[in-house]
Amino acid sequence: MLKKVVNRILVSIPVLIGVIFIIYIMLNIIPGNPISVMMKEHARQEVIDRMSAYYGLDKPVMVQFLIYLKNLCHGDLGMSYKLNRSVNALIAQAFPYTLKLAIAAALVSWIIGIPAGIVSAIKENTAVDHFFMGFSLLGVSMPVFWAALLFQYVFAYKLGLVPVSGADNPSAYILPAIVLGWSSAGTIARLTRSNLLEVLEADYIRTAYAKGRSQAGVILHHAFKNALLPVITMMAIQVASLLSGAVITETVFAIPGIGRLAVDAITSRDMPLLQGTVLFTTVLIILGNLIADILYSVIDPRIRES
Amino acid sequence: MKLLRYHPETAFGGQSKEDALKSSVKKALDPEKTLTEKDKRRIELASEIGEQETARDKFRVMCAENKLAAFSLVVILIFIFMAIFAPVVAPYDPTKQDLIHRMQGMSREHIFGTDQLGRDIYSRMIYGARVSIAIGLLPTFVSILIGTVLGLISGYFGGVVDFIIMRLCDITMAFPSLLLAMVVMYTMGAGIINIFLALTLVSWAGTARVIRSQTLQLREMEYIEAARSMGVSSFAIMFRHILPNCLPNLIVLFTLNIPGSILSESSLSFLGIGAQAPMTSWGLMVSDGKQYLFTNPVIAIAPGVAILILALAFNFLGDGVRDAMDPYLSK
Repeated sequence: MLKKVVNRILVSIPVLIGVIFIIYIMLNIIPGNPISVMMKEHARQEVIDRMSAYYGLDKPVMVQFLIYLKNLCHGDLGMSYKLNRSVNALIAQAFPYTLKLAIAAALVSWIIGIPAGIVSAIKENTAVDHFFMGFSLLGVSMPVFWAALLFQYVFAYKLGLVPVSGADNPSAYILPAIVLGWSSAGTIARLTRSNLLEVLEADYIRTAYAKGRSQAGVILHHAFKNALLPVITMMAIQVASLLSGAVITETVFAIPGIGRLAVDAITSRDMPLLQGTVLFTTVLIILGNLIADILYSVIDPRIRES
Repeated sequence: MKLLRYHPETAFGGQSKEDALKSSVKKALDPEKTLTEKDKRRIELASEIGEQETARDKFRVMCAENKLAAFSLVVILIFIFMAIFAPVVAPYDPTKQDLIHRMQGMSREHIFGTDQLGRDIYSRMIYGARVSIAIGLLPTFVSILIGTVLGLISGYFGGVVDFIIMRLCDITMAFPSLLLAMVVMYTMGAGIINIFLALTLVSWAGTARVIRSQTLQLREMEYIEAARSMGVSSFAIMFRHILPNCLPNLIVLFTLNIPGSILSESSLSFLGIGAQAPMTSWGLMVSDGKQYLFTNPVIAIAPGVAILILALAFNFLGDGVRDAMDPYLSK
C-alpha cells in the first residue's frame, strides 16, 4: 500500500519537471525583449536596458533558465514586470478568493449533482431521468461567460437578489458559485447515475432485495457506498479543475483571484506573472490528481488489498 | 437462435432486413400499436445482429431510434448551411454601421436588433457561425489525427517510444486546457489561426491515450499475428488492420470533443485573446455586448444562445453516436 503511494508520487515528479520546462520554453520563445514589448514605444532605450539588467534579461537564455530554476527550488516565482511585486505575494493575495469560489462551486455541484444522479438512476428512462440528464448536459454545453452574464442580468439586475459582482461579502459568491458549479454538477450527476446503474445490477443487490429490504434500504445501505467510490475520486480532480477553471467566472464577476491575475498578466504582457500563475494552478491540478488516485486506493478495499 | 443469426434474412419472410426491422422498431416506438410476438422476436434479433452491423447501419438505427440525436444532427446541418451561405442568408452586411439606428431592440427589420454601431446582430451571428463551426470541427479533427497516429505508434511499438509519448500525454493533460491555450495565445498573439493551433496542441492527448490502449489490445489478436507472419509491414498493420477497428471510437471522440473546442474558442474570444475585430465570433460578440448588458441585454445574450444550441446539439449527437456505436461505452 505504502509502496503504491510512494510509486504514484514518484510518477508525478517527471510530469512536474516537464510542466516547468514547457511553460518556460513556451513563454520565452517570443523574439524580442519582453520589457520593450511591454513598454511599447513609451520608454527610451537606456531605461529599457536598465530594466532588462534589473530583471536579469541581459544574460544568455541558458543562464536565465538556470537562475529561474534555482529560484524555483527556493519557491521563488520571480518578480512581476508590471506591478514590481513578487509573484509569490500576488498569488498569495489572490489565492484565498479563488479557493473560496472553488469550494462554493464544488458544494453547489455536489448538492445538485449527487441527488440528481441518484434519482435519475432509480427512475431510469423516465421523464425525471431525462429532465436531470438534460439539465446536466445543459450545464456542460453552456458557455460559462454567457451564463454568468445572463445570471447577472436576471438575478442581480432585474431581481436585485444578489450583488452584480465583487468579492466583499459572502452573497457576492452565490452567482459565481452557481455558474461555475453547474457545469461540474452535470459531470457529477452523469457519473453518479452510471455508477449506480452498474452497481444496481450486481448479485449482492438482488440478494438484498430477496432478503426483503426496501428499495430505499438497498440503495442507501448497499448500493450507494460502492457507487460513490469513483464519484469521490472525481471530486478531488474536480476541486483542482475548479481552481483553474475559475478564469472566466472571476473575470466576469470581478473577483480578484488567480484566474483574473492570469488574464491581467496576458493583457499587460507580464511574463513572470503569467508563468507563475500557470505553474501554480498546474501544480494544483497535479496534486489533485495525485490525491484522487491515492484516495481511490485507500477507500476501495479491492484495490487496497491487491 | 443460432440459425437466425447466421441466416438473418430468413427471419423476415421475404421482406428486406432493413424494412422489417424498421417497421418493428417503429411499432415499438408507437404506444398505440401492440407488438406481436413476431415483432418482439425481430427487435430482439435486431439487437442480436447489431453486433455485426457496420458503422453506417448503426448510424441509421440511431437516427431512427434516437429522435433527439437525429434532431440535433438537423440543427447542426442548418447551422453549417447558414455558415457556408452566409452572404446569401444574412439579411444585412455584418460590418455595415448605421449609427442612426444603433442599439435597437428586436424588431421586424432586425430580428435581434442592432448593436452599439448599428450593425445587424442576426447577420453578425450568421457570419460568426463560420468561426465557431470551423474552430469546432478543424482543430478537433487535426488533434484526433495527431492523437491517433501517436496512439497507434505508442501502442504498437511500445518501449522507449511509448514511454516518451505517454509522458508527453501526461504533461499535456496536467495543464488546465484553457490556461494552456491562453499561454499559447500569449506567445503567438491573438488571431484565428493561432486559436486553431492552440486548441490542437491542447487536445490531442486524450485521443492518443484511448487509441493506445485499444492498439495494445488489438495487437495481440490472431489476425494481426497472421498479418505479421505473412510479412505485412508495421505501417500497413497499424493503418490497415488496427486503425479501422478504432474507427467507432474515433467517431465518438470526434463528436464529443467538438463542443469543447467551440466553448474554448468562444472563451478565448470573450477574453479578448481569440478572434479579433473586424472578424466576428460569437464569443467576441458577447464580449462586445457585455458593457451594454443592463441597457440592451440582447446584444450579449443572443450570440451566447447560439453557442449553447450548437454545443448542446453536438453533445446530444455525440451521446447518441456513442450509444449507437457501443452500448457498453455509455455505462
